[in-house]
Amino acid sequence: MKEHYTGTATNRVDGRAKVTGEAKYAAEFEVPDLLYGVVVNSAISKGKITRIDTSAALALPGVHQVFTHENRPGYTWLDSHYQDEDSPPGSPFRPLYNNEIKFSMQPIALVVADTFELARYAALLVHAEYESQPHETDLEANLPKAYKPKKYKSPPPSDPRGDAPGAFAAAEVKLEEAYAHPAHHHNPMEMHASIAIWQESGKLTIYDKIQGVQNSQKYISNAFGVPQEDVQVISPFVGGAFGSGLRPQYQLFLAVLAAKELKRAVKVVLTRQQMFSFGHRPFTIQRLAIGASADGKLESISHNAFAETSRFEDYNEDVVIWPGVLYNCENVEVSHQLVGLDVYTPLDMRAPGGTTGTFALEIAMDEMAYKLNMDPVEFRLKNYTDKDLNKDKPHSSKELKECYRQGAERFGWAKRKMEPRSMKEGHQLIGWGMAHGAWEAQQQEAAAKAVLSPTGKLTVSSATADIGTGTYTVMSQIAAETMGIALEDVTFELGDSTQPKSPLEGGSWTVSSVGSAVKLVCEKLQEQLLKLAQKMENSPFSDAKIEDVSFENGQMFLTQAPATSISLQAILAQDEGQPLEAEASQKPDKKQKNYSSYSHSATFVEVKVDEDLGTVKVTRIVSAVAAGRIINPKTGRSQILGGAVWGIGVALEEHTVLDHTIGRFMTHDLDKYHLPVNADVHETDVIFVEEKDEIVNPLGAKGLGEIGIVSVAPAIANAVFHATGKRIRELPITLDKLM
Amino acid sequence: MRPFTFTQAQNVDTAVREVSSDGAKFIAGGTNLLDLMKIDVMQPSHLVDITQIALDTIEETEAGGLRLGALVKNADTAYHELVETRYPLLSHAILAGATAQLRNMATDGGNLLQRTRCYYFYDTHTPCNKREPGSGCSAIKGYNRDLAILGTSEHCIATHPSDMCVALAALEATVHVTGKSGERAIPFADFHRLPGDTPHLDSNLQPDEIITSIELPAQGFARNYTYLKLRDRASYAFALVSVAAALELEGNTVKEARIALGGVAHKPWRVPEAEALLQGQTASRENFQKVAEAYLQGAQGFGHNNFKIELAKRAIVRALEKATKMEATA
Ligand SMILES: Cc1cc2nc3c(=O)[nH]c(=O)nc-3n(C[C@H](O)[C@H](O)[C@H](O)COP(=O)(O)OP(=O)(O)OC[C@H]3O[C@@H](n4cnc5c(N)ncnc54)[C@H](O)[C@@H]3O)c2cc1C
Ligand code: SF4
Repeated sequence: MKEHYTGTATNRVDGRAKVTGEAKYAAEFEVPDLLYGVVVNSAISKGKITRIDTSAALALPGVHQVFTHENRPGYTWLDSHYQDEDSPPGSPFRPLYNNEIKFSMQPIALVVADTFELARYAALLVHAEYESQPHETDLEANLPKAYKPKKYKSPPPSDPRGDAPGAFAAAEVKLEEAYAHPAHHHNPMEMHASIAIWQESGKLTIYDKIQGVQNSQKYISNAFGVPQEDVQVISPFVGGAFGSGLRPQYQLFLAVLAAKELKRAVKVVLTRQQMFSFGHRPFTIQRLAIGASADGKLESISHNAFAETSRFEDYNEDVVIWPGVLYNCENVEVSHQLVGLDVYTPLDMRAPGGTTGTFALEIAMDEMAYKLNMDPVEFRLKNYTDKDLNKDKPHSSKELKECYRQGAERFGWAKRKMEPRSMKEGHQLIGWGMAHGAWEAQQQEAAAKAVLSPTGKLTVSSATADIGTGTYTVMSQIAAETMGIALEDVTFELGDSTQPKSPLEGGSWTVSSVGSAVKLVCEKLQEQLLKLAQKMENSPFSDAKIEDVSFENGQMFLTQAPATSISLQAILAQDEGQPLEAEASQKPDKKQKNYSSYSHSATFVEVKVDEDLGTVKVTRIVSAVAAGRIINPKTGRSQILGGAVWGIGVALEEHTVLDHTIGRFMTHDLDKYHLPVNADVHETDVIFVEEKDEIVNPLGAKGLGEIGIVSVAPAIANAVFHATGKRIRELPITLDKLM
Repeated sequence: MRPFTFTQAQNVDTAVREVSSDGAKFIAGGTNLLDLMKIDVMQPSHLVDITQIALDTIEETEAGGLRLGALVKNADTAYHELVETRYPLLSHAILAGATAQLRNMATDGGNLLQRTRCYYFYDTHTPCNKREPGSGCSAIKGYNRDLAILGTSEHCIATHPSDMCVALAALEATVHVTGKSGERAIPFADFHRLPGDTPHLDSNLQPDEIITSIELPAQGFARNYTYLKLRDRASYAFALVSVAAALELEGNTVKEARIALGGVAHKPWRVPEAEALLQGQTASRENFQKVAEAYLQGAQGFGHNNFKIELAKRAIVRALEKATKMEATA
């Protein structure tokens, strides 16, 4: 019997290492003669450093150096030398470049000392004087300055279809509203950290918190002019990142700078407060105008987004693609404009654009459903699309209707009364709401290497990352199943820049991209095994083609005559005990070009809102997801649960508050930046709806990293409306807005 | 963090002597002080560890009350049988604060002296009169959602963040302290200060004084009480508004009412005249609303925190309702 590892709930293969502390994160590697760097950040948000006095810090015995813009080594000047795989168009920030301050908490110095404690103390003694210039950090106040970037980071918003303004004017039922999504910071549990080790030869070994080691490798190679082969970046475990590790952050640059200059090993770990000194999900205001016929057919959608970016890079994300992905409407007009502010460049954060855009669109759709007096699910079904209208391509698969059906059934949606404030329990108003969402299923080119030892142990590697999602486990499952060997006999290795090329771990494409490469490289090994077996004397496989053989239970056999079999170890013994090796790179198949591929979710939520006090409790969430084949239902479910929990945070709690008087994020620790805690999370039900997709990639899996979050916050907001009759269009929905 | 020296005191006298040096501070559970030292908000040059001093017991007093040693852990206080049965309001208030781990470390004395959670107080790159007298208050015109609406001054609008202290104010506890010039007892209402023009001072404790115990009077309001804490998430968050409500009822008539508010002022907020409005009155929503109005008289918002005025009123009404019903269902 073939072991079906994929599709079976499987414990994390790295679970034990994680709970015993054996799993090492970037800052945890033991390195001899290590120096410690502590970053000093700017007090002002815009202006110039007029004087920086490091003498008191340098006077402390054990302090090796204080790096500032005044004593830094020469830098390469080309923007492209600082760009990385996730850079938006523009001129990337260069730490300690000159005396200019472009955003609050900008790094202005790195103190390097023998111990962390000493470095931290010395950092307090660095004295900077500034000449402040007027800053602008207020998106709303600066909306008149909004511009369309010359180049977009993600594909530019689609051209208009039909005549949205005309259809809106003529529509029988209309909605025109604005929605505000605040700035969020990623706040992974593990802070950003790098250890850079300089070697006599000039080579650098680096431990880094990053979602793609080869991204850091190329960045350091370009920025410091070191050949790529002389930079090795290692990152076997990442304690969450959610996008914050897509770009190399400044601690990496500074650690390398210090290591090179001092010819030593230097570690730099950011503090929780400093985690608020770089990229974030941008504050975004969205204006939506929706027109429909009286019987609920969408006639017109205009979706216009205004988001902050820095002065030096044009960050944008897919905020306005959702009308075209989710709804059948002939007249659609979208735009995405930017407002340059004195802040750091925003940065992709779990379902970038999807979380923001779906929040606005799906609340607006709920508002329309009420204007039409139509059940929100029915309204969506009425405007269902089988096509991605942005690209005018059919979906490779789309079981969203089944998500509605199964989700609604599990939730008990049929019993819902349309009218707000229609359910009550003591002081608690009860509300039921729903929303749906999508996330693109992409495949990137990726490579993998496989080595099969004479003892039948398989090691597969690729330079991807495991940011907690379960990459180690899923790749091991795919390899074990393809090779027909036990899961225990497979080791998957990742997080080393010397491994075969892998894209960043992001965009929910790791299973699809790296997983497909893993499958392919195992198939290559099988071909080699067959060839070896054919070399045996009187080989019963001599006429067999690869299509004629199967691999199960550590054996290769003729599919039509299973009794004709041989163990993999016996085949390998042929080759004088040499391990078999293969390398393969997998690209998206051309046939994918004719289709659009998205994973989908429908989320149903129950909330209880105190009628006097405005407190909201999310008592139930049912999240039904269609995402192709689910390789590991256990880690997959964890992804969706995590998305649901985060959705609670997005809807009710998260908000990085900017004080515009000083131009600084003020909720810069986990006391003041609220994320959901256990007591906020109640019943959460995940349904994986069966979805067959033979186009999306060789595995038929669409990825689960982001789909779990997108529709949760709007579903909660809609449930809050159902409970209270109050429509909140500005997140987070805190009690003061409901009193 | 700046370098500091560290000694352990074995008794109150040594502790008081050692803390009298310049820049010295007591450290108990360290859950507040260490955080503030790490971010350079507090910069003691010497720490006197007081955790070895035998002030870690809860004892009954002759007056029929309880004496909580200053070094009893918050968790041990909340789960102490006599506290649970005679002062359940206090148990509930303590358990509404922080997390299990923190309550296991935090001491009762330290809880009284925990510092404000004002955003700006925590960020040494911003002006703050409490942290740096004379530098200005960033919160008044800045972000002030969590900050005070009562008893504020033009110099500071910070709140006292403790939950435990709100219950202690309602219970009219007494704080026992010892300093160079001997012992004294401070009624709870006089322990914390309003900011006035000295916002850097949180309490009336002198720098050389150590809290030795907190005394609870006999009256524990164990039958009709509620601690209602409203916050931005269900746990592990400081109060936007909290109410400690305690009633003595005779049938449906209020014999005595105690109400203390947290999250609204620089100290737990009591208005005895407003409480008195309930005396001899029926425990009804209408009467509770009158008290609530009276309690919030003179309240002033600073923009982001305006909502707290109405929220506090509603919270008072709800807390009194809950406290009233408790006996009915008991
Ligand atoms: C993340 C977090 C969340 C929290 N949430 C809440 C909450 O929701 N509600 C709440 O009420 N509290 C909360 N707290 C605060 C917590 O209750 C206090 O930190 C704790 O009570 C302080 O006690 P400690 O013994 O650790 O004090 P320490 O940190 O040791 O000391 C605090 C101060 O008191 C002084 N001191 C201590 N003992 C004495 C004494 N006997 N005599 C004189 N001076 C003394 C010290 O010198 C210092 O200035 C939270 C704390 C944290 C870190
Ligand atoms: S309110 Fe008080 S603590 Fe806050 S900034 Fe103003 S002075 Fe400082």
